[in-house]
Amino acid sequence: MKDRPNILVPSTTASHGNATAAEKVSIRDVCFYYGETMALKHITLPLYERNVTAFIGPSGCGKSTLLRILNRMYDLYPKQRASGEVLLDGQNILAPGQDLNLLRARIGMVFQKPTPFPMSIYENIAFGVRLYEKLSRTDMDERVEESLRRTALWEEVRNDLHRSGMSLSGGQQQRLCIARTIAVRPHVILLDEPTSALDPISTAKIEELIYQLKADYTIAIVTHNMQQAARVADHTAFMYLGELVEFGPTDQIFTKPREQRTEDYITGRFG
Amino acid sequence: MNAIARQRYQRRKIRNYIAMALACVATSLGLLALAWILGTLLWKGFGNLSFDVFTQMTPPPGGAGGLLNAIYGSFIQTAIATLIGTPIGILAGTYMAEYGRGTKLTGIVRFINDILLSAPSIVVGLFVYEIMVAPMGHFSAWAGCVALAILMMPVVVRTTEDMLLLVPDSLREAASALGAPRHHVIRKVCYSAARAGLVTGVLLAVARISGETAPLLFTSLNNQFWSTNMNAPMSNLPVVIFQFALSPYADWQKLAWVGALIITLTVLILNIAARTLVAPRSQQN
Repeated sequence: MKDRPNILVPSTTASHGNATAAEKVSIRDVCFYYGETMALKHITLPLYERNVTAFIGPSGCGKSTLLRILNRMYDLYPKQRASGEVLLDGQNILAPGQDLNLLRARIGMVFQKPTPFPMSIYENIAFGVRLYEKLSRTDMDERVEESLRRTALWEEVRNDLHRSGMSLSGGQQQRLCIARTIAVRPHVILLDEPTSALDPISTAKIEELIYQLKADYTIAIVTHNMQQAARVADHTAFMYLGELVEFGPTDQIFTKPREQRTEDYITGRFG
Repeated sequence: MNAIARQRYQRRKIRNYIAMALACVATSLGLLALAWILGTLLWKGFGNLSFDVFTQMTPPPGGAGGLLNAIYGSFIQTAIATLIGTPIGILAGTYMAEYGRGTKLTGIVRFINDILLSAPSIVVGLFVYEIMVAPMGHFSAWAGCVALAILMMPVVVRTTEDMLLLVPDSLREAASALGAPRHHVIRKVCYSAARAGLVTGVLLAVARISGETAPLLFTSLNNQFWSTNMNAPMSNLPVVIFQFALSPYADWQKLAWVGALIITLTVLILNIAARTLVAPRSQQN
């Protein structure tokens, strides 16, 4: 798998040094409201290109809310609104007049519970691709294989591509959802607690996958599991009660946190 | 166990036996009635069933004949009513579950739909008589189709809304997150997730209208001859049964039994089909 050419690479620049990575997404002074309730308070945070950024914090701290701003998922629901700016390649995606469908094709999302569509494995992946590309049968076959290979699912399902996606195990379903997401060639991938419903072996596979996807994609991951953040993330943001308490390289956050609250949380003194 | 405890336990056991016996009696009474009806129907229906029933027209009193025109009329009117009622019902249910969820309009529509769901079918017959039969000056098969379509719509609306509400929002979010527009999410993901339920709703609605007599009495009435003219009165099984069963002629009464058997078997088959469609879905979850 590793010797295959990366035809899914969305951008042409190839900077792999984490320290020198450019800002792919800039979150600037973002506030978020559920009706009258303010759920996020003036968040400012960069997501570096081809880096994994983890959002950690206790339940209800707003980390999933922040993630759902980045592809404007909240727009599906009335009474939810955001203020501030989120720049994707310099363009403010919170500005009115954005085409949300095009935006969501560029910023993929994987959810906490695996959500295979009630159709075959093949169709699960072709679904998103067909929305924006008209591929020949062979090209589509290739794209499906490519996506399944990248998520290490190909060998397991290559002979059952027309079986229902719902018939897979939980871990396989989640990898199918990731394959479906990268098949549309997004620039950014958002992972909302992608392993919290999975067993340890499936979790390890997904983490390995995240590590490999990082070479081509900018990734943001919400996680409850601090070890997971330490394992997969280059940068970590610690959030508490709707505020960003601390953001920095993962090593620094876990070994030399600047804030007392961060230290209390990662050492398990509250949360 | 001491004496008091044992005594209380015995009393509880006796009460349990009494309650269970009463429940069993009630169940067997219900089943007995059902078996009686079905038994009589099968006995009288199959006893008079013959090849002529499917090849001959309804006879004059004393003559030989079958039910071909009535079977054709019932089939074509039910089919057209389904073609009218299903799309309207599914689209209305889709609006309520997808676009207008939680809005005032949806609440009002659901309330009115529930009234329509339990409205006596004779009222629907009279309504269509007023808006179609009276202005046109004659009974017609079209009017019968419209009356049946009005009767089936609320069933389809209700099941469509219920079935779409069962589709988890996480599935809608997942499809939206790939950049799919709303209508695409509904058509490709929600409908296919709810497909078994939607088909079941339509089948149950067809089962409901296939035995309706009252609305057809005021609209398509009856026709003792073969007719495919939708603009004229058309024969149909329920009205033929109604007319023949009340008649004093023995051969008409026999045909009425056969007609009742055909309708009952059709409804039974539709219900079984609806059940088997739902079954694999509940096993999956």
